[in-house]
Amino acid sequence: MSENFNHAQIIKDPDDNYKILGTRPVRHDGVDKVTGRAIYGNDVQLQGLVEGAILRSPEAHARILSIDTSEAEAHPGVLAVTTSADFPDLGDKIANLGEGPVNLAHLAANCLAKDKVLYKGHAVAAVAAQNAHIAREALDLIKVEYEPLPIVTDVLEAMKDGAPLLHEGLLTNLVPGGEKAEAPSNISDHHHFKRGDTEAAFEAAHIVVEREFTTQTVHQGYIEPHVATAHWNQDGQLTVWASTQGSFSAREQTSEVLQIPISKVKVIPCEIGGGFGGKIPIYLEPVAAVLSRKCGRPVKIQMTRDGVFEGTGPTPASFMRIKLGVDEAGKMTAGEAWLAYDTGAFPGGVIGPGVMCVFSCYDIEHAHIDGYDVCVNKPWTKAYRAPGSTHVAYAVESVVDELAEKLEMDPIDLRLLNAAREGTKRVDGPVYPRIGLIETLEAAKNHDHYKSPLEGPNRGRGVAAGFWFNIGLKSAATAHVNADGTVTLLEGSTDIGGTRTSISMQLAETLGIAAEDINPKVADTDSVGYTDITGGSRVTFATGLAAVEVGKDIISQMKERAAKLWECEAADVEFSDGIFSQGDNSISFKELCAKLSRTGGLITARASVDPQGFTNGFGVHICDLEVDVETGKVQILRYTALQDAGKAIHPSYVEGQLQGGSVQGIGWALNEEYLFDEKGHMLNPTMLDYRMPTALDVPMIDTVIIEVPNPSHPFGVRGVGETPIVPPPGAIANAVKSATGIRMTELPMSPPRVHSAITEDGNGAS
Amino acid sequence: MGKKIHVSTTINGEAVEFLCEARQSLLEIIRDTLTLTGAKEGCNNGNCGACTVLMNGVPVDSCLVLAVEAEGAELETVESIANEEHLHPLQECFLEGAALQCGICTPGFLVSAKALLDGHPEPTEEEIRFELSGNLCRCTGYDKIVRAVQAASERMKEVK
Repeated sequence: MSENFNHAQIIKDPDDNYKILGTRPVRHDGVDKVTGRAIYGNDVQLQGLVEGAILRSPEAHARILSIDTSEAEAHPGVLAVTTSADFPDLGDKIANLGEGPVNLAHLAANCLAKDKVLYKGHAVAAVAAQNAHIAREALDLIKVEYEPLPIVTDVLEAMKDGAPLLHEGLLTNLVPGGEKAEAPSNISDHHHFKRGDTEAAFEAAHIVVEREFTTQTVHQGYIEPHVATAHWNQDGQLTVWASTQGSFSAREQTSEVLQIPISKVKVIPCEIGGGFGGKIPIYLEPVAAVLSRKCGRPVKIQMTRDGVFEGTGPTPASFMRIKLGVDEAGKMTAGEAWLAYDTGAFPGGVIGPGVMCVFSCYDIEHAHIDGYDVCVNKPWTKAYRAPGSTHVAYAVESVVDELAEKLEMDPIDLRLLNAAREGTKRVDGPVYPRIGLIETLEAAKNHDHYKSPLEGPNRGRGVAAGFWFNIGLKSAATAHVNADGTVTLLEGSTDIGGTRTSISMQLAETLGIAAEDINPKVADTDSVGYTDITGGSRVTFATGLAAVEVGKDIISQMKERAAKLWECEAADVEFSDGIFSQGDNSISFKELCAKLSRTGGLITARASVDPQGFTNGFGVHICDLEVDVETGKVQILRYTALQDAGKAIHPSYVEGQLQGGSVQGIGWALNEEYLFDEKGHMLNPTMLDYRMPTALDVPMIDTVIIEVPNPSHPFGVRGVGETPIVPPPGAIANAVKSATGIRMTELPMSPPRVHSAITEDGNGAS
Repeated sequence: MGKKIHVSTTINGEAVEFLCEARQSLLEIIRDTLTLTGAKEGCNNGNCGACTVLMNGVPVDSCLVLAVEAEGAELETVESIANEEHLHPLQECFLEGAALQCGICTPGFLVSAKALLDGHPEPTEEEIRFELSGNLCRCTGYDKIVRAVQAASERMKEVK
């Protein structure tokens, strides 16, 4: 392999002596993906396939008085038109869809608006036609009469008495699933955690820093627009070809919205062109299904790019007030957070993880956290990589940096002094098992980047830490052992970033065979056991665990076959490094596979797992940058991301997660935001104007993988995908402060904001 | 809408004829009519580069080219980069260097990178970043893509 690939530093666990784990095989689906042969959602071709299009609301808040589809239906080439009138009435049914409770009425009304539109771009009707051009022509012929209502898009405005109400009957949940407020408002949830006596602790503190921060709505920005194809067969069987992070979740959501049995829905997961949390909810699936039922043909709908920006779930804008107190030595004694996230059109945003993440990196005795989920006339917000954590890390890491400055302490030393470790109790309750934040901070402190001098005007360096839970949840896998010594592995986790391979490698390690001898397939919902979403940084951890269990089952079945050959007890057969042995007998995995059909037939094994709790991923980033004081443009000069991966199964793909997450975080920090006019219309719903980072905007992203094994996984895997987006805005804000003396308290730190902060000191305070 | 228009063109070395409406993009015809679905639609307005193909050797966003403009042109898509038996060094290096995660942008990057290396076999990092800045990737942060193009440039030099 060429030197140019320049692999990252890995700080290994000293007991690590794996054969397959830690190597870098070519991914199993690789050739299909570099030759254009892989089938993504929009590449599905079916007999009689027709195309659909979605009519979206031009109003940000309005009552729908009437919808007249007659002209569209009569348009030549149009096969079916649908509105929410074709959906069953769901009342206020709450369903648990594996990811927690979902109000089905909201889910359905977001797919097609019912009585009101709640944001510009809200889907109102849909057309199926011979092709997408005709379908779009027909959209213009649908007559919708709206009664415009006053709008509110700012989270703090929406919390005020007298603000326009999105949901007339919305009563704030004061306790999850319990007591509710008496009067309706836009606040759907209030989360609250308190421990100790913050008032007294702040009083006694040596230094207290308190600051307010705001962030704007940002989108996950996957390159593949949402797309779904549905065929409602005459026997009532619905097949959906989906681009989804979870085929079983898409099946549940679709069956609930349409109120048809789950067994009547099969979801076939296509290759998925990015998700980052945005392809967990459904938008198109039930709409395509109803259109298909109406016209008897398979219907494919692909969103337009402005439809993706305006009609799918970005992640929220926020207002945050953070207060931290330290003693003379720098020990954090008190913390207070007041957080308000906009959830967009419907309740159920990402404030929940926000309040849990806010002080997750530190051990703070006295703490008080309030968090609010607030409805506004913007798209219904959804998860975006470590949902809710990046916001609070930006705010807290900025305040920690300011404390270090006031204490005249090295910012990494201050973090080391206060870092969460095994036994630290998070403010919301959980006690950490073995975690690797200390090791990651130490690696950052010892890194050449941190030790190197940074010279030149308007240049600065910043560091920040970040946390994400990393979940377990349900995964299943089935394996068929083949006579040639290979294993076909069926699993249900859609592969967004090389997980076919990271799962296969764990089975290969268990069986003592090569990664290439595993043939992984992502199967549809009829062909593999229930598997939760590809999200929460869980796939390599949990589906990997299922693969390990499958491997153990294979070994145990094969021991019986070896015992048959050797006429001994299976319990006496040993297995190590791919070799079965008993006394003087020994046979390799491959050799025994060739004898399976003569000793009882080929072997199938299966496993379902449901690991509970979190695997806890911590990262630390170092950023050098230069600010152009004439334009306010920030150029990243050098960037290093360090993270505890537990065990990096395929280090290249772990590095890829660190690098990709870092650059998304850089985009969020420096440029990305939804811009709205006074009518609540998004002004920049194109990739040119939303302006995500290009190759020219960023440098190489150096990575360091730290391996502090996770005690709850046989190989120590922690999950890595989400944490890397969390530290960048904080690290960059701290570097901008170091470069200019100005603390930016508003994201993004775009050229106009930085320029005005420099020239007028209008935005940030120094 | 009017009658469909007849277009004769060359795609991946093969003479091809198709009928299209005046409003249809080259991307639509390549994907839907000719079923070469390697070129992807990410934005349909020339911002993301996922639909990049070579038209007379020059990379273009095929969503911004009308199909009728392909009359008499020589087109190359991602499907032509590998030969019957072997991947192109760029494809090998993308795989060995893990330069793709979800893979939706990969065809566009490969076509743009091939055009770059065909015309400029030893580009600097800055030149690679500049030439690929019309292709968006949201997964990789570009590091491994740039390194894969550098590695392919080295490998192509060794072959010569």
